[in-house]
Amino acid sequence: MSIDPITLSVIQSGLQQVCDEMDLTFSRAAFSPVIAEANDRSDGIYSAEDGSLIAQGAGGLPVFVGTMQYSTRTLIEMIRDGRVPAPEPGDIYIVNDPYLGGTHLMDVRFAMPFYRDGEIFCWLSNTGHWPDTGGAVPGGFSASATSVEQEGLRLPPVRLFKKGVLDQEIYSIICSNIRVSEQRIGDVKAQAAALLVGEARLARILDRYGDDVVRAAIGELRRRAAAQMRANVALIPNGTYRSLAYVDSDGVVNEPLEIRLAITARDGELTFDFEGSSPPCRGPMNSVLATTHSAVYLAMRHIFPDVPISAGAFEPLTIVRPAGTFLDAHYPRPVSGCAAEVSQRIAEAVFAALVEALPDRVTAAPAGSSGNFALGGVDPARGAGFVMYQISGGGYGGNADHDGLSNGCSTIGISKAPPVEIMEQQFPVLYHRYALREGSGGAGRHRGGFGLDYEIELLRGHATASFVMDHGRFGPQGALGGRDGEPNSVTVWQGGRAMVPEHLSKAQDIPLEPGDRVRVKTPGGGGYGDPRDRDPTLVAEDVRLGRYTAAQAAALFGKAAAGL
Amino acid sequence: MTMIPSIADTPTPEKTATAGRTALVAGIDVGGTFTDLVLFDSAQGRVRLAKTPTTLDNQAFGVRKTLELVDADLAAIDLIVHGTTTTTNAVLERNLCRTGLITTQGFRDVLELGRRTRPQAYGMKGEFRPIIPRDLRLEVPERLQADGSVRVALDEAALEAAMRELLDKGCEALVIHFLHSYANPAHELRAGEIARKVWPNENVTLGHALLSESREFERGVTAAINASVQPLLRRYVERLADELARDGYRHDVLVMNGNGGMVSARRVAVEAAKTVMSGPASGVMAAAYTGRRAGIPNLLTYDMGGTSTDVALIRDAEPAVSNEIEIEYAMPIHVPMVDVRTVGAGGGSIARITRAGLLQVGPDSAGSVPGPICYGRGGTEPTISDANLLLGRMNPDKLNSVSNGISREDLITIFAEKLGAPLGVTPEEAASAVLRIANTRMAEAVRMVSISLGEDPRDYALFAFGGAGPLHATAIARELGVPRVLVPSRPGITNALGCVVADLRHDFVNTVNRPLAALDIAQVHALFAQQRQEGRALVEKENVPIEELKEIFSVDMQFIGQTHLLRVPLPGPAPSVGELQELFEAAYFHRFRVDLPEIKASLVNVNTSVIGRRPGIDLALLIDPAGRRETLDAARTATRPVWFDGWRETPVYWRDHLPLSARIVGPAIVEQMDTTIVIEPGDDAVQDRDGNIIITLGNTGGAGA
Repeated sequence: MSIDPITLSVIQSGLQQVCDEMDLTFSRAAFSPVIAEANDRSDGIYSAEDGSLIAQGAGGLPVFVGTMQYSTRTLIEMIRDGRVPAPEPGDIYIVNDPYLGGTHLMDVRFAMPFYRDGEIFCWLSNTGHWPDTGGAVPGGFSASATSVEQEGLRLPPVRLFKKGVLDQEIYSIICSNIRVSEQRIGDVKAQAAALLVGEARLARILDRYGDDVVRAAIGELRRRAAAQMRANVALIPNGTYRSLAYVDSDGVVNEPLEIRLAITARDGELTFDFEGSSPPCRGPMNSVLATTHSAVYLAMRHIFPDVPISAGAFEPLTIVRPAGTFLDAHYPRPVSGCAAEVSQRIAEAVFAALVEALPDRVTAAPAGSSGNFALGGVDPARGAGFVMYQISGGGYGGNADHDGLSNGCSTIGISKAPPVEIMEQQFPVLYHRYALREGSGGAGRHRGGFGLDYEIELLRGHATASFVMDHGRFGPQGALGGRDGEPNSVTVWQGGRAMVPEHLSKAQDIPLEPGDRVRVKTPGGGGYGDPRDRDPTLVAEDVRLGRYTAAQAAALFGKAAAGL
Repeated sequence: MTMIPSIADTPTPEKTATAGRTALVAGIDVGGTFTDLVLFDSAQGRVRLAKTPTTLDNQAFGVRKTLELVDADLAAIDLIVHGTTTTTNAVLERNLCRTGLITTQGFRDVLELGRRTRPQAYGMKGEFRPIIPRDLRLEVPERLQADGSVRVALDEAALEAAMRELLDKGCEALVIHFLHSYANPAHELRAGEIARKVWPNENVTLGHALLSESREFERGVTAAINASVQPLLRRYVERLADELARDGYRHDVLVMNGNGGMVSARRVAVEAAKTVMSGPASGVMAAAYTGRRAGIPNLLTYDMGGTSTDVALIRDAEPAVSNEIEIEYAMPIHVPMVDVRTVGAGGGSIARITRAGLLQVGPDSAGSVPGPICYGRGGTEPTISDANLLLGRMNPDKLNSVSNGISREDLITIFAEKLGAPLGVTPEEAASAVLRIANTRMAEAVRMVSISLGEDPRDYALFAFGGAGPLHATAIARELGVPRVLVPSRPGITNALGCVVADLRHDFVNTVNRPLAALDIAQVHALFAQQRQEGRALVEKENVPIEELKEIFSVDMQFIGQTHLLRVPLPGPAPSVGELQELFEAAYFHRFRVDLPEIKASLVNVNTSVIGRRPGIDLALLIDPAGRRETLDAARTATRPVWFDGWRETPVYWRDHLPLSARIVGPAIVEQMDTTIVIEPGDDAVQDRDGNIIITLGNTGGAGA
């Protein structure tokens, strides 16, 4: 069936709208601030045949851009093989198993078949980051887990809703294994409500344009997205582009993990090969295949944001399965760091490999860490336990157009940081500073953005601090002659004595007493281009505004540029 | 389109039946392009209108020009209400007064660090310029804790030294912004006292004074914006008031606020931040007033201009108000303002073929320079306006009025080359596709605004205004499943009309933040009482006649553990805890279709709006009743081919000539001085007694998808 390009545009926009409404419903009704405030969720439409991505909400968390189609595909296969019971209308599956097309355990996926005339037409799926799914560490970001069982409750695909009704038996098993379970019902209902909104809206589009027309449009849109990505990729001259990125350590063994990437461009297609990357690691910095793929896709989408999110956009991108490396983890390897940290190192490797071929589009490396600092303990003033997260941004990379942004969100996220005032209301801490990290932006013709410098004091009770961050060993890479941004730095004062964690950016359960402090300085972005080419008036302005000292400026940008 | 006469007048020499009221009220709105005036003379039963280009360097020139254009006798005018973009432009163009900030030690970068965001989800580029540069942000020793207790006393010597340093650096305005000042304003108040001694002018903003809520970035930016525009606004309104007084005007000038209310020019600068967004707010106020009189109190307003489109929702004749407006990336102003959202396209949005071979409209725009091709100012990219012209929806004769002679043939050639050929369709089909895609996208944007406010657009009527709104309204309404479209008499001067009909309005928010189970309900009642009293006192102080005093009470609530707030309207200021629980659960279900008996609720904010309704004005005067013809035929000026899925010979009417009783069945075009209305085939248009055109859509089958 041929379909005119105007109807095609209209249907494309309609499908996108369905997903955007699902995103909106999910966020607005959710309980967990991680979903409601930080938008750590995503909703989409997936094909009935193989779960390939038809459309996904524009406001979804970038790291989910590729994962949900793997999750849905795996579910479809398991149903076909009889490993999972087949659905009936009104059923919603829940799954968080990382090895079944996921990320880490906290990202809980719901999947609902969408029926037309008794047949599954497509799937509606969403992912939401739950604040806790059990395991050794509140919140799930263990820095030193050595198997997935220590990371939390792992759910295979089971029907949490049967014919539209919540299965209380399954739900009670979940609740008995996670923290703050009494509030999870709010997220569960919000996550299901989003799918139901999607179901109603999608039905209206099909009623209006006809099932066959929409089906034909979906096929055509996929072909066109592929063509659009090919046209973009064709801007990259044929050849092989290499890069190397490091994860500081796996949290258990204090040695850097290497991501070795070779991207081969050939006539509008790219092949990503991670051969030579480090083997699977003992600590939680392994990545499951779906997350590795997703990291590549989100990097490409950062480079070419004009291509609509659809399976077609991924067609010209071939990822060689990185078997035998830490980027293709299998049970029972721990994986809690994959979505927040390893994925960003992979994206950084993609940027670093392509920046010379696409100097106008690709930036120098951004801070690229979620900067997760968790503080858990007991607040005697409330007589209750607490878990606090401080997730931080850092500087972005300089680029062809301008300097990097300061204190930007992680590459894989889109969330807002919580205000200091709210943190101090909710937790027994006091911030001594929340400041621009001076001197941290990597020097360049366009310098990197600046990181964040904060210091927290525990006011009362006892607590333990854990860190899952990265870029502590090496700063974000500069590009085209630009310097690296300053690396991440963590210092803990216990009883007045300063301590730097052995793994620099990762540590678990460091005990704190009242008066003890934690200071974190997040990375600056990499610089872009030769620092000596920087406009001297911009160097002078940075000095005037105290972003660099005069001595730093002279050392980094040369005496001429610093006007000395 | 901006091809409208620079002055328009609706003279009505005869008195009409509405004579008898004494008020002579002028509403003057300064917009980005034009300054508009509506002069309502109830005694004479006469309305005069004027339009003149906005004078950007000093908006007062344009304001006085409009008064001259209608030969206004300033001594006879009872009230001048003024909408100004002085502060809006200053913020958007960062054309601000030199302003210094003094804040808590360790926190001077809060305004620069923001909330750790980036401008777009994808693409790791983007820049942000803080509203006060880093060298003008100073710190002093001082620290409050979250409960308001003092941890570090205010170092007054350091504070005074900081003020002097900022003065030495040439600052004209000052912000004092301390952490947790919403919990205890003592340090900020003390700093304010010291400023009165040290700072040489009144331009001092205390962070807690505008917004007494936690969240240091939002409160700080709100205060910083206030301080940075305060001297500009003060100088502007004072000079304007002086000039008008010199010309004979004997009363207060009132200035529109973003909450849809207005404030005396003498006091408006104190809370200058509230005037940012006042222009869009006054348009929505006019819509609310028009809808109230028309008996259509639930409206989605659709204001389409050259570069963008503003959408707002009016529920029960009251515009939705938000405390969380962001006027651009990372630039929040958290004071109550009419919730106007800027969405998608304007008439200048450019159509092109993407690399995937799909037709795309926007997001880039031809702006006003060079503008659409049909402006004849060198534009070469096909736009929405050009498509309207090519398809006969807008009058092709307008091309003749353009100096350098773009012809319809030129347009056809460009559409054929740039869009028609790649799509394999005729230029007309290409132009029609541009409109279809633009309308689909805009309908989706309107829908998102509506559902994000918890409302189904199908329960609303579309209120179309702005120069381009009525061209697209029926198509968009059809797409949304909205059954009716209301086009007011003067869509192009709606903001100025808003100045004339706006209320006196004061909004109050106090934070309580307690679980319902632990709530001291007497404290809530006391807060409502205090808010009412303050509001009534402020309304009285304006010394403007009002017809009715209206109070709106609400609370913001959430389930414990949630971060989003839900506004719950209350029937009165003395709710019981049980009522709060019940109303919240009902509101929550209405919004999210989820009920959560498992979880406890919490009351966060207590809100009161005190509204002084001014005496009504008769909108029927906006179109001179004497100019109306006897029959519909007599109002017809032409027929011309207009494209509706093919060319159709379509009657064209002149709005001002339409008999009030006329009924128009589409297809039809209604033209008027400030806009063009498209009535699509099968649509049915009538007018109400105020002269609003109310279009009932013909076939909405299958729509609303």
